[in-house]
Amino acid sequence: MNTRLIAATGFAAIGAATLAGCSSDESTEACTNEIVNQDATPVSVWAWFPAFDQVVDQFNNTHDDVQICWTNAGQGNDEYTKFSTAIEAGSGAPDVIMLESEVLSSFSIRDALVDLTEYGAAEVKGDYTDGAWKDVSSGDSVFAIPVDGGPMGMLYRSDILAEHDIPVPATWDEFASAAQALKDAGAPGVLADFPTNGRAYNQALFAQAGSVPWVYDSADTETVGINVNDEGSKKVLNFWNDLVQKDLVATDDAFTADYNTKLVDGSYAIYVAAAWGPGYLGGLEGANSDATWQVAPVPQWDASNPVQINWGGSTFAVTSQADDPVAAATVAKEVFGTEEAWKIGIEEAALFPLWKPILESDYFRDLEYPFFDGQKINEDVFLDAAAGYEGFTFSPFQNYAYDQLTEEQFAMVNGEKSADQALDDLQASLESYATDQGFTVN
Amino acid sequence: MTTSLTPTRHPRDASSTAGRVAERRQRFGWFFVAPFLLIFLLFLIVPLGYAFWMSLHTSTLATGSSFTGIDNYVKAFTDPLFLEGIGRVALFALVMIPIQLGVALAAALVLDTLVTRLSKASRLLIFAPYAVPVVIGALMWSFLYSPRFGPAATLFEVFGMDAPNFLSNNLLFASLVNIVTWQWSGYYMIVIYAALRAINPSIYEAARVDGATGWQIATRIKVPMISSSMIMVLTFAMIGTLQFFTEPVVMRSLAQGAIDAAYTPNMYAFSLAFSYSQFNYASTIAFSLGVLVFIGSYLFLHLTRKQSGLK
Repeated sequence: MNTRLIAATGFAAIGAATLAGCSSDESTEACTNEIVNQDATPVSVWAWFPAFDQVVDQFNNTHDDVQICWTNAGQGNDEYTKFSTAIEAGSGAPDVIMLESEVLSSFSIRDALVDLTEYGAAEVKGDYTDGAWKDVSSGDSVFAIPVDGGPMGMLYRSDILAEHDIPVPATWDEFASAAQALKDAGAPGVLADFPTNGRAYNQALFAQAGSVPWVYDSADTETVGINVNDEGSKKVLNFWNDLVQKDLVATDDAFTADYNTKLVDGSYAIYVAAAWGPGYLGGLEGANSDATWQVAPVPQWDASNPVQINWGGSTFAVTSQADDPVAAATVAKEVFGTEEAWKIGIEEAALFPLWKPILESDYFRDLEYPFFDGQKINEDVFLDAAAGYEGFTFSPFQNYAYDQLTEEQFAMVNGEKSADQALDDLQASLESYATDQGFTVN
Repeated sequence: MTTSLTPTRHPRDASSTAGRVAERRQRFGWFFVAPFLLIFLLFLIVPLGYAFWMSLHTSTLATGSSFTGIDNYVKAFTDPLFLEGIGRVALFALVMIPIQLGVALAAALVLDTLVTRLSKASRLLIFAPYAVPVVIGALMWSFLYSPRFGPAATLFEVFGMDAPNFLSNNLLFASLVNIVTWQWSGYYMIVIYAALRAINPSIYEAARVDGATGWQIATRIKVPMISSSMIMVLTFAMIGTLQFFTEPVVMRSLAQGAIDAAYTPNMYAFSLAFSYSQFNYASTIAFSLGVLVFIGSYLFLHLTRKQSGLK
């Protein structure tokens, strides 16, 4: 079943070689956008933000010395695969690249990113919250400029909960009772989904109960601390496994067509989500027209001592293949450094800004969202969530760690192992992987 | 007018002439083959050599690259993920190939005996799935399997039953076998059918005169006479199955738990290189798989040299 694939790859290779021959100089012809000022330094950018073309035009129209040449090289892993290959090949990477904060360490350890402390990162540090800045820093180094964040909240179908007289859960205990109550009421759907491929989502839930899975500092790239089977993580995973085994929550894989439909057709009454979740929901098809959505703070383990968590969020990093790191750093710092750019980002792309001048503006706080019947979701939920977020350290092999987490959780929901066992096995496999990769494991 | 009887040229020794012509032909032969050889070297031998060179080095995230000889190969052949993957594709081969070949052979034999317009149409229809690109085919099936959009839910509802989840751990194997069988049986059918058409029909006539039934003609005459084509199809199927990649990769986006990153050896090599940035070890896995496939194919062709006519 592979002969055709191989043939196709072969042709693609020939094609790529031909193309490479034509475009050895960094011409600006490959840009998706138009370069306004031809004499300015071009900076190539890979990003997948929605409506980013407008942001790029806004930047190019207001800069005489630097111009962005933008390409959408795919979303998330698609882009990372290309970037990873370009690093290995030693050429082909853009000057500036959009990366989620969770993969920064994975690329900085391969010397793929420029430490921005030499290029004026400190100038813009004050524009971001401490939590957001910690996500892009490792020790004293800063490997990216934050763009958007994913402070978490709980999106819920107020019509479904009201229909079955279920109060909006504020704690995880109430969440479990609500799940039971919804089942007892004979509702067609379940309260929520527990995706075993939730990756950063699962990790955020663990973090809420005090999990600090990684210790890593880019100043010492040979040491990593791993602690994924701590008490907090075990408490969280046992909580969900209990709901799963009682059939009170679904275990559908996230980000599939099935899951997307179930999110909006009432199969799940609650969607524990990040601040970009509303934008994601709004773009899905098959929604109930009479659905009413509301947002509440994410449920807590201890209501008197709330812990805020974050899921996702992206940044702009300067790659080590950048011809002109100064110009590239300018782009990384300034592309989302104006109110105009952010109005596009918020209104067209549903991004949650980390840039304080807009984050703390009245405009953003008072913004009413038609999707939530005019609820001011930022004022009600997400601004507090963002302010309370303290930052997170990711591992230098995050993709592997997530894949392993998915495997262990999948085995757990299939009843092959307990939650404790799943996390203990995860710890063992990650330790052995890290040792294999030449790390000293603390 | 006088004719000189003296030959202007000495008659040549016949064998040396032939030798020189052959030599010249060979020179020209190389000339004609050169464009192919160049591309063959550039796009196959050189990358293979580079991959092999990479596979002899070890590069870790923390400590950088170093020459380690066959260490990577020792690691590969003791790596449970790689061995499990090999075991899994071997199981696929055991289940999938007999089904595909059975379907293809049965269809070819039936179509060979029919001479109606219907047979032409059926031939085209059975072949059609092969014309669908593999990725599109897998995507299409993943929608058919989908518990939400697929027809299974509706079908099973008619009988008052719950539809099984085709993407669950238990049924995934069968679901994948189904996709591959659907896609490739038609192709194998055409190969077998073409071989059947090449048999001289007077043989059947003779058999019928001798009182052979249709079944006997099919099993005692047709099948043995197309054994070389069968071997060829079997070899294709075997190599294809060991390199199983596209379908599970497409389905993985729907069932990440059931299809892990090392589901087949090819997928493992791909994940190692592009998700975990272990290009050296990925080369080792790819090379090891290549060697296994080569040894397997060679052994198979050697054992079946009688049937395939390669003897």
